[in-house]
This record gives sequence, structure tokens and C-alpha cells, in this order.
Amino acid sequence: MTSLPQAVGRSPVRRLAGTLHRRPRLRLSLLLTAPLLWLAVLYLGSLAVLFVSAFWTTNSFTSEVVKVWSTDNFHQLLTTPVYRQVILRSVGVALAVTLLCAVIAFPVAFYTARIARPERRPLLVVAILTPLWASYLVKVYAWRLILSQGGLADWALKPLGLSGPGYGLVAAIIALTYLWLPYMILPIHTALEQLPANLLDASADLGARAGRTFRSVVLPMVLPSVAAGSVFTFSLSLGDYITVQIVGGKTQLIGNVVYSNIELNLPMAAALGTVPVVVIVVYLLAMRRTGALSSL
Amino acid sequence: MQLSRPARIALRAAAGLGFAFIYVPLALVLVNSFNRDRSASWPPSGLTLHWWSAAWENEGARAALWVSVKAGLGATAIALVLGTLIAFAVARHRFFGRDTVSFVVVLPIALPGIVTGIALNSAFSTVLEPLGVGLGMFTVIVGHATFCIVVVFNNVVARLRRTSGTYEEAAMDLGADTFRAFVDVTFPLVRSALLAGGLLAFALSFDEIVVTTFTAGPGIETLPIWIFDNMTRPRQAPVVNVVAAVLVLLSVIPIYAAQRLSADTATSSRI
Repeated sequence: MTSLPQAVGRSPVRRLAGTLHRRPRLRLSLLLTAPLLWLAVLYLGSLAVLFVSAFWTTNSFTSEVVKVWSTDNFHQLLTTPVYRQVILRSVGVALAVTLLCAVIAFPVAFYTARIARPERRPLLVVAILTPLWASYLVKVYAWRLILSQGGLADWALKPLGLSGPGYGLVAAIIALTYLWLPYMILPIHTALEQLPANLLDASADLGARAGRTFRSVVLPMVLPSVAAGSVFTFSLSLGDYITVQIVGGKTQLIGNVVYSNIELNLPMAAALGTVPVVVIVVYLLAMRRTGALSSL
Repeated sequence: MQLSRPARIALRAAAGLGFAFIYVPLALVLVNSFNRDRSASWPPSGLTLHWWSAAWENEGARAALWVSVKAGLGATAIALVLGTLIAFAVARHRFFGRDTVSFVVVLPIALPGIVTGIALNSAFSTVLEPLGVGLGMFTVIVGHATFCIVVVFNNVVARLRRTSGTYEEAAMDLGADTFRAFVDVTFPLVRSALLAGGLLAFALSFDEIVVTTFTAGPGIETLPIWIFDNMTRPRQAPVVNVVAAVLVLLSVIPIYAAQRLSADTATSSRI
């Protein structure tokens, strides 16, 4: 209380502390100035410039950026068949990865949340989390090894008279599924764990068999978590280009096309880059209606 | 839910397959680091420790590891400061645009890495290069810090929301000033959240490849970039195998540390 007479003559540190205490607005602006300069000026500023540059064009002879406003890039994006195919393929891959993740995650989460002995459950959760800490690149590299010619996949499928898929679209979907699977298992696990047992008992008391209880009670209560997990699996798959480069063979997704345009035609790369952003925002808005985002 | 015996067995089997799907690739990376061959054909023709010593001697891998550690430490330090500042502002103050601030913090990891990467790249080359600062370690650290802020923020803000401001008020009633209350009361409360957030930030930076590609100059090679550049070279494959195996083994450290830190930060913080 530096304003009181006896406080006069206290150390400057103490006086500063008092000033800060009495002025929450000053405190707040001191807290926020540095981080907002960083995020708003540096990060949002760069993003804004990038999206503005999507409306510029490139001189096709010199590769110099021509700063004249035009919507040519977006027009090209929507009318060129190659771009349309790549965009549809990328969204398809992201949806396929999400679906595969949900199908694989559900039994795993059901086991860890309701079937495994309660004292083992924390350990199982750690077992699901551990791969998240293993390097992204190493996990994709593992699939490069598995799917290589004469690799583990070929070896395992040989007795069945089959061979592995090799590098290509299928390999990219498998590797992406592998990468993002824990993000799907965890929310489903949490939802199943919190499912009140008496709801299940009530359903059984009313004569429902396990299958009916699953459809009418378990599934509706778990779907928001599946949606929450899908936000990760979908958006992480949509923006990825490294995995496709490593195991995708000649497959091209949006990320690859953005990457290949950066050197020669930055405005086009920027326009292409807006596509995953817009798709992800639309997906987020759609998922918000399911109440998924509040359970993130 | 009373499941029939066959249903239980089927779920157990499906879960077993799921765990196999998660762990077989990681196990393969470990086994393959002892593979005598340069190719990844299965089963390996023989096992050897030779490549482990070769990897230990490999200058490129060592230099890249060192670059990654430096970039990770720099980015973590910045993220710890900025993330904590925002967390205190959001958790302890009410102000116009508070939700927007929390949203902007998440944006760098919510958007595809390539978008963040090219945005920062063109900003750096238009603003910094005229000043004589080229792409290099500095720009890598700036890029990494930008998406690391969110993990520190998430951890600290979660802790602050669970511990109300009454402890600080009590300290001040007992005569502590703002700084004293922070050092003696607030900081100990958030210390483990800071540790967890710092650990996550470092892990995130250590693992990052996309933003690094666009913010590193030609001379800067982090470990992920080194792995990416070398994995397609048959001559380097055995050394890449060993480096990959080491990274799988190292991932146990953060899991162990996260378990030692408090439960709320351990389980969900990577998300």
C-alpha cells in the first residue's frame, strides 16, 4: 500500500509492485505486449501477406512476382482439372484416414476403457500415448521399411499369395493412419471411460441386448469424441506432404503441389495453400455443430 | 454392458491387433538398426552392432543433433516466456478479445505446417534479408517458438484455472508485494506445468521438419532434415536406421517424465 504515508521511502521495487497491483490494466498490457507483438505482428502479419500474395501473379518468363491484384490463381485452381483432382484426392485421403482411424481406434479404446482390468488401464493409456512421442519422421520411415520391396509387408502376405501395396496412395493412407491414430483413440477412450455404468444397466434392464445397447446408448454418447478425434486426423492429414513424399510414390496431394510451386510461382503456391485452410475451417464449423469442439 | 463371451473375445482380439499395428513398426525400426544388410528386406540375413558404432562416428548426424538441440532450447526458452505471459493474462484478467487471443495462440499448430512455413519464409526474406540477416539458426528458432507457445500456454493456463487467485491474495494480505507473491506462491504452483510445457515444446521443436525446411538457410541442418535427406540414399541407410532407433528409444524419456509430473499434464498435454 504505497499510497499510505508510511510507505514513502520504500524501495523502488516495492513501489513498482504497488503500482502494478493497483493498476490491473497496466499489468495486463505488460503481460500481453510481447506475446501479441510476436503472434499478431510476426505470425498473423506473415499469414496476411501470404494470403494477399495469392491475388498476385507471376511473370511466366522471369518468375518475378507481379503485384497486380487479380483472381487468376483462384480461377485456375477451380478450372484446371489437375488441381481439382489433387484437391479431391487430398480431401478423400483425409476422410479415408479419419474413417480408418475411427474403425481401428474404437475396439482399442473399448478394450482399454471397459474390458481391461481397472488397475491395468493407466498403463494401457501410456501405451497409447508413447508412439506420439516417437519422431514423426521415424514413424513414416518405419512404413517405408515395412512396405519396401521384400520388406515385412511382402514377407507377411507371401503365404497368402499376395504382396504388399508398395509405395503409393495406399501406402500414404496407411502411414497417415498410423501417425494420427493415437489422436483418435484418446478421446474415444475418455468418452467410454466416463460412460455411466447405470445407463448401460438401465438399457439391459429394459431388455436391450448388447448390440442394441451399443447402437442406442454407447454410440450416440461417443460420437462427439469421434468427431473431436477426427478434427486432428482430418486436418493433420490434409496438410501433410512429407509422408506422401516418403511413401506415396508418385502420388500428389495439396501439400506437394504447394511445395512444388513455391520456387517458381509463389502466388500460386499461396492460393493453393488457402485450400487446406478453407477446408479445415469448414470442417471445424461442421464439427462444432456436433459439440465436438467443447470436448477437445 | 453385459457382453457375450464371443463379443468380449472379438473385442480383445481387435484391440490386440490395434496394439500390434501401433507397436510392430516401432519394433521393426529397433530390429532393423542391427540389420547387417543395407536393404530392409525381411527377415534380415544377419545381425550386427557395426552400424551403431558407424553412426556414433557419423559427423553429419552428430552435427545435426547438436543443431536440433540448440534450436529446441532456444525455441523452448522463448515459448516458456511468451506462453506463460499469455496464460497469466487469459487466466487472471478479463478483457476484450480474450477468446481471440486463445484462438490466435492455437493457430500456428492448427494450420498446415506448409502454410506457416511459407508465410514465415516470405516474411523473413522480405523483412530480414534487406537488414542483412539471412535464414539461419535465428529464423529456425523464431519459427519453432511460434508454434511451441501453444503447448506452454495450454499447460500453464490449465494449472492457473484450477488454482484460484485466492492464494496470491492471501499472500498479499500477509504483506507480500506482487513480485514476492509471484516468487513464493504463484511460481511454485505453476512450476510443474512449466516443466511439462517446456518438455513438450522441446519435443515439438526437436521433431519439426516442415517449418524448419522453410526457415532454415542452406547451412542449417536439424536432425529431422538430416534423416529426410539421407533416408533415400542407400549408402546412408544403415546409419539412418540407427538414428531412427535411437529416437524411438529416446521417446521413453518424455513419457517417463510426464508420468512423474502431475496427472493433468501427463495424459492429455500432447494434444
